Amino acid sequence: MTMPPDAILSARDLRFDYGNGQGVRGVSFDLWPGDVLGIVGESGSGKTTLLKLLGGLLAPSGGSLSYRDASGELLDLLALPEARRRHLARTELGFVHQNPRDGLRLAVTAGGNVGERLMATGGRHYGRIRQSALDWLTRVEIDGARIDDRPTQFSGGMQQRLQIARNLVSGPRLVLMDEPTGGLDVSVQARLLDLLRSLVADLGLSVVIVTHDLGVARLLADRLMVMQGGRVIEEGLTDQVLDDPREPYTQLLVSSVLAA
Amino acid sequence: MSEDSGYNFAYLDEQTKRMIRRALLKAVAVPGYQVPFASREMPLPYGWGTGGIQVTAAVLGPDDTLKVIDQGADDTTNAVSIRRFFAKTAGVATTTRTEEASVIQTRHRIPETPLSEKQILVYQVPIPEPLRWLEPREAETRALHALGDYGVMQVELYEDIAIHGKIKRAYDYPVEVAGRYLTSPSPIPKFDNPKLSDCPALQLFGAGREKRIYAIPPYTPVRSLDFEDHPFAVDHPGHPCAICGDTESFLDEIVTDDAGGRIFVCSDTDHCRARQEGLAHDDAA
Ligand SMILES: Nc1ncnc2c1ncn2[C@@H]1O[C@H](COP(=O)(O)OP(=O)(O)OP(=O)(O)O)[C@@H](O)[C@H]1O
Ligand SMILES: [Mg+2]
Ligand SMILES: [Zn+2]
Repeated sequence: MTMPPDAILSARDLRFDYGNGQGVRGVSFDLWPGDVLGIVGESGSGKTTLLKLLGGLLAPSGGSLSYRDASGELLDLLALPEARRRHLARTELGFVHQNPRDGLRLAVTAGGNVGERLMATGGRHYGRIRQSALDWLTRVEIDGARIDDRPTQFSGGMQQRLQIARNLVSGPRLVLMDEPTGGLDVSVQARLLDLLRSLVADLGLSVVIVTHDLGVARLLADRLMVMQGGRVIEEGLTDQVLDDPREPYTQLLVSSVLAA
Repeated sequence: MSEDSGYNFAYLDEQTKRMIRRALLKAVAVPGYQVPFASREMPLPYGWGTGGIQVTAAVLGPDDTLKVIDQGADDTTNAVSIRRFFAKTAGVATTTRTEEASVIQTRHRIPETPLSEKQILVYQVPIPEPLRWLEPREAETRALHALGDYGVMQVELYEDIAIHGKIKRAYDYPVEVAGRYLTSPSPIPKFDNPKLSDCPALQLFGAGREKRIYAIPPYTPVRSLDFEDHPFAVDHPGHPCAICGDTESFLDEIVTDDAGGRIFVCSDTDHCRARQEGLAHDDAA
């Protein structure tokens, strides 16, 4: 496929069907380095499915997906050998699940959770792994004294921050997030959003973030894609889509929030 | 068929032995890799070493001399019944002396006496998959082995150090065989792990219930997993053997009376006997 020379990720006509006619029906987009792309749409519109296709958690039934890695090499993600795909997934990519329990090892301490990527990529110095874990816990505002506690002893907001640290420890370039602030209290949400915003800016991450909270989209995303029934029906700069939506469906989506 | 017992030589029929030998050849060709095999019912319950017994049956010849140890001892019920089983079904010579044996079946120990190129050590293995407790899905553990993707085992060791200050695992301490496969050494004490590496004898592992066979060919490098700043180390209790005075062998703790009295003695009974005889000899000289 053709990929714009400066894009980091390009999807063309990505498709997936759960076998019941539901899923993702032909999605194409380009993501640029440092770009934060928001995906919004009602429940069941295919946001999570699309994110899983991008993260390699689901194999698409059609379409193509290309990624330009840190060395500048163009990779066909759908044809990548499994060993290479796993390596990429734990070095250059991050995936933040909506439910932190899906993205954490609950029986392993916070330090072990954060250190896992380092160990999976050959880290064999306990002291250095632990120091990195400590640095990242601090960075996501978890008290370093909690490093040997298990995630089950953490609040929902802390679990989500731990999941973020566990992803960022390897210095990923592209992070996919599924409703990272969903299911949290409003005040906890606000704090996490702040943290995410500064991390994304400081690290220059490219991000695809799924949310049905248009407030989150406005705060974090540079661009938005609006999904309905497995398709992208509108896309553009965030302010433009939210303030001046073209499609009737987007107008409904925006107004229902304004009415709320 | 051996005349007096009414069994085929070493109990198993020739077709089954050939099937096991094919699995063994594959295991030797890919050191540390778990080869599936069609484990047979044996006239002993699982947990009594049916995997080891099938491997022993497949490698045993009429000229072999068999030794069987359980936790280092030749005289436990388990060791005695396996030794009798093969004496009866194969008519082979048996011994308790490590250096006299050509085949040694073992549960939970490696003999203290260094092994030679002429010997085969057969291990009884309960759980062959070192990743089983970390990843219960069989398809996924296979993928992890295929890809050499062993970070999760390292996380397990990290957890030990984080919580206990050191790698606490004293038995079944995971190893990497020939720089490739993560392998369970069976529940031997980690004290024995260094003997796995560069061993002149052929080491065969049989897991009956789990239907897996694997091998460490002679002179294969075997590395116990660790961290650069927490290197693998064996710890010795520090006492000498109360019987032979050895300060280097692996010791069992034995309670001697109701008052809580206890002594430490060699777990390898043949080794202890040989040292006692040597000491008696030195005294006489
Ligand atoms: N495992 C599955 N089996 C069958 N259908 C599924 C499965 N997972 C999702 N679907 C269907 O696929 C469609 C897209 O689901 P998806 O989870 O991607 O939506 P979403 O936009 O993330 O919704 P939400 O906002 O509720 O998280 C929905 O109609 C859903 O019912
Ligand atoms: Mg979803
Ligand atoms: Zn002794």
